[in-house]
Amino acid sequence: MSLLSRGICRGLLVAGATLLATSAFAQMEIKVIAPAAPGGGWDQTARSIQQALIAEKLVKNAQVINIAGAGGTVGLAQFVNGAKGDGNQLMVNGFVMVGAILMNKSPVSLSQITPIARITEETQVMVVPANSPIKTAKDLAELVKKDVAKVTFAGGSAGGVDHIMAALFVGAAGADASKVNYVAFSGGGESLAAILGGKVTAGISGYGEYEGQIKAGKLRAIGVTSPQRLPNADVPTFKELSIDLVLTNWRSVFGAPGISDAQKKTLAELVDKLVKSNSWKDILKQKGWDDAYLPGEPFAKFLADEQTRVGNVMKTVGLVK
Amino acid sequence: MDALASLIHGLAIATQPMNMLYALIGVLLGTAVGVLPGIGPALTVALLLPITFKLDPAGSLIMFAGIYYGGMYGGSTTSILINTPGESASMVTTLEGNKMAKAGRGGPALATAAIGSFVAGTLATLGIVFLAPWLVNVAVNFGPEDYFALMCVAFITVSATFGDSPVRGLTSLCIGLTLGLVGIDKLTGQARLAFGVPDLLDGIEVTTLAVGLFALGEALYVASRRHLVEEKLEPVRGALWMTKADWSRSWKPWLRGTMFGFPIGALPAGGAEIPTFLSYSTEKRLTKHPEEFGHGAIEGVAGPEAANNASAAGTLVPLLTLGLPTSATAAMMLAGFQQYGLNPGPLLFAERPDLVWGLIASLFIANVMLLVLNLPLVGLWVRLLAIPQSWLYAGILVFATMGTIAAKPSVVELSMLAGFGVMGFLMRRFGYPIAPVVVGLILGPVAEAQLRRALQISLGDPMVLLQSPMSATLLGIALLALIAPFALNGMSRFKASED
Repeated sequence: MSLLSRGICRGLLVAGATLLATSAFAQMEIKVIAPAAPGGGWDQTARSIQQALIAEKLVKNAQVINIAGAGGTVGLAQFVNGAKGDGNQLMVNGFVMVGAILMNKSPVSLSQITPIARITEETQVMVVPANSPIKTAKDLAELVKKDVAKVTFAGGSAGGVDHIMAALFVGAAGADASKVNYVAFSGGGESLAAILGGKVTAGISGYGEYEGQIKAGKLRAIGVTSPQRLPNADVPTFKELSIDLVLTNWRSVFGAPGISDAQKKTLAELVDKLVKSNSWKDILKQKGWDDAYLPGEPFAKFLADEQTRVGNVMKTVGLVK
Repeated sequence: MDALASLIHGLAIATQPMNMLYALIGVLLGTAVGVLPGIGPALTVALLLPITFKLDPAGSLIMFAGIYYGGMYGGSTTSILINTPGESASMVTTLEGNKMAKAGRGGPALATAAIGSFVAGTLATLGIVFLAPWLVNVAVNFGPEDYFALMCVAFITVSATFGDSPVRGLTSLCIGLTLGLVGIDKLTGQARLAFGVPDLLDGIEVTTLAVGLFALGEALYVASRRHLVEEKLEPVRGALWMTKADWSRSWKPWLRGTMFGFPIGALPAGGAEIPTFLSYSTEKRLTKHPEEFGHGAIEGVAGPEAANNASAAGTLVPLLTLGLPTSATAAMMLAGFQQYGLNPGPLLFAERPDLVWGLIASLFIANVMLLVLNLPLVGLWVRLLAIPQSWLYAGILVFATMGTIAAKPSVVELSMLAGFGVMGFLMRRFGYPIAPVVVGLILGPVAEAQLRRALQISLGDPMVLLQSPMSATLLGIALLALIAPFALNGMSRFKASED
């Protein structure tokens, strides 16, 4: 069945592609690798890229390939070994993969593939149930300072962005980050239930995921991790409460290992056209992702900084020895 | 009643010709992917998402719901006919269903599965209409310790009732629990029993194990005994349709299965498997024909099939009311909602009542369609069994392998499938039940994670397991279920000693 739907899919894509080729990549058949199962953030990013590339007629054809497993490191390994020199492939990854590589002692690393650009980011939010005595992030910081072990944080998988944020918060509050009591749940659904049911002190997630609950008054957002306040959300940043916690769950695209400079330039131009297109902007608005386009050298430097920071946090909380 | 008026309004939306068409496409696709092992409704919805982007929200959500319900129907067909569960939730159906098919009662087995699914789906959809707000509060208050206690009940009832002796059942369960340890530990992120193979870091795929043990193991076993016994399969013996006795033995399991499936499906970490296990165990205890269990008892098909469909409806309760996806398919449907800028949750009922009630109403329609679609097919399906055995089993091998490759194209996965096939053969050869292995793999990691979460939240105090009334009650039931068979040993029936 899936073959059939894929066939239909491809048929539609080819039909939608333009015949009037003008740019270097108009005849390209791009493969977008999502190193995750269908449905997650990377998959959605890959499918959005596909959707925008087709809608803007930037390429002849675009296809999403899912290679799930181990925080994306299975997909990364396949990409490193199987796509060498292939200038028609793009891989979606991001913050979570930086941690997963360290945690899974992955034999391959991000330095083996070709960085193209950071494209989106999502702000993280800290929430408490509406009936919690904790009113502000300051209150929570006080509690953490008093007895760090008694404050439980619920969020996604161990070593992911939620976990790292919990550790950074505890550290910023002046407590011992290695003692953070982080309860990992599989997926936002389960952790949301634990937070609403008052089983844990606070919850951590991407802002978009809990937006509905926050607006409905079931959850109280006590802080966001963006440097400035989010538009249309009356939630203070940690920074303005003088808690030193700035972090975003960014996503990026990489090219295959060992591609030529010309191939790299073509991909960079393609991504540049993509992120500046109206179709892409519509998608960002719809998904609640922020535009965080950062191409070329600055991205490479940003990546190196994040790798150091994530590595340090993971050592502190004992995820990496 | 407010809900009733909204529902009627919803029916008006769902019965628009275009929406009916989407529902039909959905149930057809769902049935097809349900039949294929390895390819589930979640993957199908994921592949359809980019295509449906241009459709109107109501239409595509109705289609997704049709796929979801259809998948639950389709999975039972292969379970019954060729002992290959299409989804993990229809694994239990193989136990009695395939035995019935081999005894020439494939027709009634398929019929009770289809009608049971219809009854359960309809009742559970009514449950969404009237019980959703209340149920969701219960679900949210179900803490990690309560889940752990629920898993204990499932472990004990399963190992005691699947197979001939509790010791053999427990042995199989422990194999499954060990397999469940493979992969990255959810709470600390450490790799366990992965031996440096990246493919193992995410653990063992349930469908790979189930298809290997059930389908491949069965094929090998039949092949090994070919020269000893010429097993004669009769495609149809007696009535093709359900007899009066079949009806009277089926309706209670349908209702009980619904009672298990709907509430457990609504729990954020409940899933579709546990209710089928519990339903099977319950039917085996309550039946008036205990001698038939293991040889094709219709109750053992009727109950679990009702349970898995009811749980599919249950899953929609937290999805629609809280935006909580509790299964892979529900997570994809959530992505479907978000694609239209809609956030399921407390506000959705107020903001887009047409959409929500249209979706709920279309579930009724999808159910009717599935029944109409599936019943006439029964006669066609059972003819599959008339295929000569060597051809049929060769076909099963191809089918099972293709399903696995389609779901995850990797050498490691195929090797595992073959390995589990051999394991299934050996377990059959030496009389160990295979279902508890799969139960262990599915529930083991969940039980472990929930217990550790409970202890982490209580700061290491094990009393939390007894302080929660729900957990204490469930643990009490588990204890009773463990002791009762020994305490009442010698009595032929120990009906009503628990529950």
